[in-house]
Amino acid sequence: MNQFSPKTLLAGLAVATALTSVSAALPAQAAELRMAWSQDATGLDPHKQTAFSSLRLLELIYEPLVRLDADLNVVPAIASSWEFAEDARTLTFTIDSNAKFSDGAAVTSADVKASFERLLDEATSAAARSNFLSIESIDTPDDATVVFNLSIPDVPILVAMATINAAVMPAAEIEAGTVGTEAIGSGPFVLESWEPNAREVLSANENWGGGELAIDGITISVLPDEMAILASLRAGQTDFALLNDPLVATLVPMEAGLELNRVGVLNYNVLQLNPSRPPMDNLLVRQAMSCAIDRQEIIDAALAGEGKVTGPLTMPAFAQDPANLFCYEQDLDRAKELMAESGVDGFSATVIAATGEPPVAASEAQVLQAQLAEIGIDLEIEMMELNVYVDAWLAGDFDMAVAQNGGRPDPYPMYNRYFTKEGNLAHVSNFPDDELDSLMKQGQAETDPAKRVEIFQAFESRLAEQSPWLWLSTGYSYTAQRESVSGFTPSPTGTLFGLVNVSVE
Amino acid sequence: MSYVVQRLLTFPLILLGVSILVFVAIRLVPGDAITAMLGTEAGLLTPVQRETLAAYFGIDQPIWAQYLRWLTGLFQGDLGISSIYGKPVLTVILERFPLTLQLSLMSMVIALSVGVPLGVLAASRNERPSDLVVRVLAMLGQSTPNFVVGILIIYVLSVFFGFVPAMGTFTPLFTDPLASIAQLIFPAITLGFAFAASVTRISRSAMLDVLSDDYVRTARSKGASPMSVIWHHALPNALIPVVTLSGVEFGYLLGGAVIVEQIFALPGLGRLVLDAITQRDYALVQGTVLFIAFNFLVVNLLVDLAYVALDPRIRIGRR
Repeated sequence: MNQFSPKTLLAGLAVATALTSVSAALPAQAAELRMAWSQDATGLDPHKQTAFSSLRLLELIYEPLVRLDADLNVVPAIASSWEFAEDARTLTFTIDSNAKFSDGAAVTSADVKASFERLLDEATSAAARSNFLSIESIDTPDDATVVFNLSIPDVPILVAMATINAAVMPAAEIEAGTVGTEAIGSGPFVLESWEPNAREVLSANENWGGGELAIDGITISVLPDEMAILASLRAGQTDFALLNDPLVATLVPMEAGLELNRVGVLNYNVLQLNPSRPPMDNLLVRQAMSCAIDRQEIIDAALAGEGKVTGPLTMPAFAQDPANLFCYEQDLDRAKELMAESGVDGFSATVIAATGEPPVAASEAQVLQAQLAEIGIDLEIEMMELNVYVDAWLAGDFDMAVAQNGGRPDPYPMYNRYFTKEGNLAHVSNFPDDELDSLMKQGQAETDPAKRVEIFQAFESRLAEQSPWLWLSTGYSYTAQRESVSGFTPSPTGTLFGLVNVSVE
Repeated sequence: MSYVVQRLLTFPLILLGVSILVFVAIRLVPGDAITAMLGTEAGLLTPVQRETLAAYFGIDQPIWAQYLRWLTGLFQGDLGISSIYGKPVLTVILERFPLTLQLSLMSMVIALSVGVPLGVLAASRNERPSDLVVRVLAMLGQSTPNFVVGILIIYVLSVFFGFVPAMGTFTPLFTDPLASIAQLIFPAITLGFAFAASVTRISRSAMLDVLSDDYVRTARSKGASPMSVIWHHALPNALIPVVTLSGVEFGYLLGGAVIVEQIFALPGLGRLVLDAITQRDYALVQGTVLFIAFNFLVVNLLVDLAYVALDPRIRIGRR
């Protein structure tokens, strides 16, 4: 070994030095952002993809009609303006005259219509279809105007349209059946090449309607181990990286020359109980569990302090102070009283959790196990590979599940699937409740923003009080960058669209 | 020669068994290509949407029908299409194999060039301090998991030298030999570390056995120099267990080094199998495992043939 390492180390250093001097010699042309992430995109069809990395990649290539800014306001994307009719049953968009696809063709109302018809076609198998079922018909009075006619008043549909799952693609590509292979969008970048699980090469889209970019392109490398991503940033081989593991993220600020961007996200960590199984069908048992856990301690012990206590609503515009919710401060005496009142004298149950998804799942389960032991609940932790977990979760086949569920900027699309009677995942939450169902429906139809906040806060209080699930915390999304990178704005949705303002020295 | 032919004839049978095992095993695991793609959002699909996707992934047929279709393709030299890569499975495998082969060879060179001399040194200084040092080192090497070694190497390089080996993609040997070797040397050291330790231990004990044999004593009493006794008389006979060990180990390495490839972000066979399993790319799992099994069989055959070359007294194939 001794004969090998010094020589090659020198050779390696020579190569590294040579590379550095090349990039120093060509500052203006080499404005390419070298990015890294640990999980690669899984496909290129924006209507079908739901994996986190896929969405982040496709947001750079495609555009929806509207998008959300860093404060979760709906802002223009392909559409320059929009308007709900008084009864919230007609939604009209005007398309930005600058919007062009990467092949130079203008985006027209026909492209929008074809895209939404594709999304709604069951043969497309788009999971996001369930958010757009109220669309009855789409009219295109002229090239720049699209009118959505809705079967019921549906205010949250506007926010649902502000995701890349509702991307607009050329009608010609849809007809040719090349969506998912050609990747022709109207977004800021063009996909030059993709080697799955290895790397993506993106170049600036000169036809982009949103303006000029300060970088020529992005190369995304897949480095599966996040400690290796940190090493690569440190060594100057990577300029910008997406991090999932809070433990790795907390190391970034300690490195000279590296910066961490941290933003609170809408996702929430939750202990899902299964109220269809005894003794979790007993309200008093569920409430006792809610009182027995110390949410802040879970954050401190399992998440390295990286998170904040949350109720069911994670979006700032709707969330109320968790202190107002039922038993959000640990209260062991009350928990024991509730347990005694319930007539259940301790019990054992199994809690399922996915390995590495989120990275803190196992530690969360362990802290919960210790806390619930205090009131005589004996939890057995079953760690599962992600797909195995998803399979059991979708079948509703668990006593309890540690989960990290996705959040939305609007409570309706976030919880309609779980807590309305016809919700697609009602068999996972197993908690049909008249009051929750009726509050959801009022919230969907109400157009007055202040009244919507009132309705959904009542919904949130009801959920916390009934405790079908125990909402724990919401975390952060992290990106790390070298000091040479500037201009990035992170967003609670996790989008990397903020890269359009980035420049590299 | 007839021995080689006989062995080759057993290959298809073994591979058939492997393919059935893999085919059934990967389908027995809960979750499928649909949940792998959509996660919990798969629960939002309508029955029609689910059927469309199942047909797209080719998992709408009963399992025996799927197997027959796959086997028919195999006889026509078609391993199927990978759903992750959208390319023929064989093409994907052959893109990844050069890295794995080069990494395996480099680790073996490191392991043998370090392990054999150390083992011989330790044996010739039996129970003296240098023997003890080598034995402790070998124990340490064998018991340190390679993810610890790999992460330590990356940490030391990046913190103290501001350097990490190129990660993400692979520079093939023939494109740029220097860059290619520089990229793989640290992963190869990581893999070679434990491998070298086992080579050291086995060559030490084999040497000790041989050194106490009569013919070695005879050589010594004829007046052969200690060096000549060790290198010319004893070593060739002590190499047989080393060859066995290296063969088995090399066969494993050709199956891809999952953990080291993961840490150093190398696109080799190990990560290919891992990604294929986690994303439930059935065709790719089947094809890759079959390919790995085939390599293992070939390496084993070569090891058996190497015995004959090393020791003329061994005649294989005769009872």
